[in-house]
Amino acid sequence: MINLYEVVETNEMIEKENLDVRTITLGISLLDCIDSDLNKLCDNIYNKIYDTAKDLVKTGDQIAREFGIPIVNKRISVTPISLIGGAACKSPEDFAKIAATLDKVAKAVGVNFIGGYSALVSKGMTDSDKMLIESIPLALSTTDVVCSSINVGSTKTGINMDAVRLMGTIVKKTAEATKEKDSLGCAKLVIFCNAPDDNPFMAGAFHGVTEADKIINVGVSGPGVVKTALEKVRGENFEVLCETIKKTAFKVTRVGQLVAQEASKRLGVPFGIIDLSLAPTPAIGDSVADILHEIGVEHAGAPGTTAALALLNDQVKKGGVMASSYVGGLSGAFIPVSEDQGMIDAVEAGALTLEKLEAMTCVCSVGLDMIAIPGDTKDTTIAGIIADEMAIGMINQKTTAVRLIPVIGKGVGETVEFGGLLGYAPIMPVNKFSCDEFVNRGGRIPAPVHSFKN
Amino acid sequence: MNKTIITVVGKDTVGIIAKVCTYLAESGINILDISQTIVSGYFNMMMIVDMSKTAKEFNTVADDLETLGKDIGVVIKCQREEIFDSMHRL
Repeated sequence: MINLYEVVETNEMIEKENLDVRTITLGISLLDCIDSDLNKLCDNIYNKIYDTAKDLVKTGDQIAREFGIPIVNKRISVTPISLIGGAACKSPEDFAKIAATLDKVAKAVGVNFIGGYSALVSKGMTDSDKMLIESIPLALSTTDVVCSSINVGSTKTGINMDAVRLMGTIVKKTAEATKEKDSLGCAKLVIFCNAPDDNPFMAGAFHGVTEADKIINVGVSGPGVVKTALEKVRGENFEVLCETIKKTAFKVTRVGQLVAQEASKRLGVPFGIIDLSLAPTPAIGDSVADILHEIGVEHAGAPGTTAALALLNDQVKKGGVMASSYVGGLSGAFIPVSEDQGMIDAVEAGALTLEKLEAMTCVCSVGLDMIAIPGDTKDTTIAGIIADEMAIGMINQKTTAVRLIPVIGKGVGETVEFGGLLGYAPIMPVNKFSCDEFVNRGGRIPAPVHSFKN
Repeated sequence: MNKTIITVVGKDTVGIIAKVCTYLAESGINILDISQTIVSGYFNMMMIVDMSKTAKEFNTVADDLETLGKDIGVVIKCQREEIFDSMHRL
């Protein structure tokens, strides 16, 4: 039988160390909503999402109540809209109308984000993919909770450099379109390589075409719990360090598994995966950078940071894999800048640069995340940064992503405030040298040789 | 069996267990196990209870106990047992 000390340990994790379930994300296929009439299509989308998700928030809140564990976000992911809108949309404005429908239904069911305003263009773009991409600045500036993601490369296909080049411009246009809100639109736009079909985390969640009609995916968290556990083994060797992370990750993940199964049962929707990610928030004590500090680097970004992050990421997976029946999504430590107080401190102390962050993304999920850069950064430079990050994903057979925010009207030394879970960020300098001739070549980077496994 | 864990944490005072037990008895909730300890003047108690016979909803019991805790000056939480089982048992 459970004893008092175990109960106290669990409740201290929840009350003092910010243990929570970060998100229950309900994936919904919209393939059966397709219609060539745009109004009919939007009605179908609204009705299917509303009918499927109307009890999601209520159920999530009730589970949180009964188990005494906060479930911070309830979200929806849908089939990439470029596939759904292809038959009905004749212009980017038509696609934006679908975005408005998603926004409306997400608010009606009370979720805080809906993901899947997406296109998968890792090898080439159809006309509808291109229209959707071109509609992103309009869609993200006229909606509140819609998130967009574009997959522009994969290990199997190489990198679609035409799409990378286009996304450099789209990121900039989205920043312009939302400049009154410090270019907030870009916080809802992710560019991926090797995007997973079952990621529950925003802004990159979409419901892949390989998925069932409906599915529950859950993202766990708990950087504070890992940090507190590591405080107790200061000065111990790597074996003890790694075992401690593994055991903690196991406990955290078991809670996620329980919540996922309970949500699945109550909503009558099959359980998909648990995403084993250490996802920070701007709250004090909920930071991945603080774990790196506890492992032994003065600030995130100091020499040793990449190695510390690599071991952290690996041990979280080793501990989590046994705790869950199905693991998927992104599953790794997130290192966003604006959403992690320790990362912000590291940038402000001059310890962490864009280049070091890029190196760190080689060993963890997901990528250059929530990084504010000067508003006058050129489109081509943004495309170059995207291309670099995609190359890391392609060669290392892992997911990588870019979520950069060129803050219009602001420069290095200034700060941008996004609010809530998105936090705030100091604007980081970008390498000034040009990559115009590189990104303007056009075409594709071929798939790497190690992708030919047949 | 519908097992719930009730925890009471706060400054030690006379009658904490009595008040909680009275509420549980009136609500038809059976106590299966009680353990308690005092850590540096703070009262820590855990009860394992069976809620399958009560007519009250989980939320009502949790709310009532929370209010009762506020009256006594302690924090009372109600959680289903599975969260602890999941975390601490294979």
